[in-house]
Amino acid sequence: MTGAEIREAVVDILSDIAPDEDLTKLKEEIPFRDQLELDSMDFLDIVMELRKRYRIQIPEEDYPELVSMQSTVKYLEPRMRDIQPR
Amino acid sequence: MSAEPRNRDRVVITGVGLTAPNGNNLAEFRRNLLAGRSGVTEYEVRYFGPTLAGICRFDHLRYQRRKEVRRGTRAGSIAIYCAHEAVADSGLDWENLDKSTVGVYVGVTEHGNVETENEIYSLKGYDYDTQYWSHHHNARTVANNPAGEITLNLGTTGPHYTLGAACAAGNAGLVQGVQMLQLGECDVALCGGVSESIHTFGIFASFHSQGALARHEDPTKASRPFDADRTGIVVAEGGCLFVLERLSHARARDARIYGEVVGYAMNSDAHDFVVPHAERQAECVCKALRRARLNPEDVDIVSTHATGTSTGDVQETLALRSVWDGSGHTLFNNTKSYIGHAMGAAGALEMAGNLPAFTDRVCHPTINLDRTDPECELPGLVANEPRPADKVDVILNNSFGMLGINSVVIVRRI
Repeated sequence: MTGAEIREAVVDILSDIAPDEDLTKLKEEIPFRDQLELDSMDFLDIVMELRKRYRIQIPEEDYPELVSMQSTVKYLEPRMRDIQPR
Repeated sequence: MSAEPRNRDRVVITGVGLTAPNGNNLAEFRRNLLAGRSGVTEYEVRYFGPTLAGICRFDHLRYQRRKEVRRGTRAGSIAIYCAHEAVADSGLDWENLDKSTVGVYVGVTEHGNVETENEIYSLKGYDYDTQYWSHHHNARTVANNPAGEITLNLGTTGPHYTLGAACAAGNAGLVQGVQMLQLGECDVALCGGVSESIHTFGIFASFHSQGALARHEDPTKASRPFDADRTGIVVAEGGCLFVLERLSHARARDARIYGEVVGYAMNSDAHDFVVPHAERQAECVCKALRRARLNPEDVDIVSTHATGTSTGDVQETLALRSVWDGSGHTLFNNTKSYIGHAMGAAGALEMAGNLPAFTDRVCHPTINLDRTDPECELPGLVANEPRPADKVDVILNNSFGMLGINSVVIVRRI
């Protein structure tokens, strides 16, 4: 998947986890937590949905990489290069 | 014999919030009870297939955002809806109320089955690899979940818990609220019962295996307590929560009072897992009457429990006939004939549906009674059409459940 496709996948996951939020104005560099109402259980949802939808495993020590859209896409790009978009 | 209660505060009902298969507030519910309108429809549930159920269609986004609905349970959604509606109905100055003085006591027949079935069904798609098991599961399935979700949504910081009391849970929740107010554990009790049970296939399958699940070509006719052609239970979801206050508290703010809880009792059959016991049910009724300092003839309406099972309806009839000999004016009705069996919500919903009788002075009937089973002949049973009464001052509500749990609550007009 390309960076753009990965971003779309993450937005799709966020729209399920935070269905009341407006994701069209999401800023890339600002932490998710500062833009959306997300708690630690929601972050686990992101990890779980990546696992369920793309079979990608993210170790606990890497969770801080998922702090913003920019860092998330950067982290996932090499790991999802060979995965097909849904 | 247990000690008689000492001088306790009087407790009154000042708010009602409910969702039933045929109504999402008390006025609508009452209208449909008087009009004979059933809420039972066709339904389908995984693994079990087509069946019948009482489904609620309240606006679940009225008091919750989508995210909260996703995070929580259906029982939680029902509880939150009912809690908000009850609070609004009560006229309490909620914004300025000290939220630490609100206790939440919610009766449930069961909790956790729905969420567990959902997770296992989902897990099957991942070949039962528990890495795919939800981190939300424990918070969804702890038994206090429906009550806890109320506190999260309404911001109440007083005590909360659920009461597991099978099909007596709605009454049990109400009783707990009364007791906690009398003990001074809270100043406002949000109490009653909820049920999400139609969303578990297990309950349908088990009743079916037991030969106790109703079937009928016309869903609205499937729930037929006391009828010779009854075939069993229609499972329903629903919820009903009351706002209870001490009478002095309610009068101080000039609250509208539905009625006073003047008596209650709970006991156990100690007889059988599923077969009820008329003698113990009658004892429970008499105990509640004694506590209320009332005689059977003082009761204007008895809201029966009867679920439409072959044995249960007979046992309840025997119990009631041993207390009421038919010589008085006491009328009997049944709400499950309209909405099915709302499990944890049943007792509370059935009490609520009768409360307007204090003002409209009509006893709603039991519907679908085409041919009374001779073993269920009950003098005073109001069949199919509502019956006006000269007065309605006292309502007695029965709820009985599996493992022989019995409950009776008596409310009097103030």
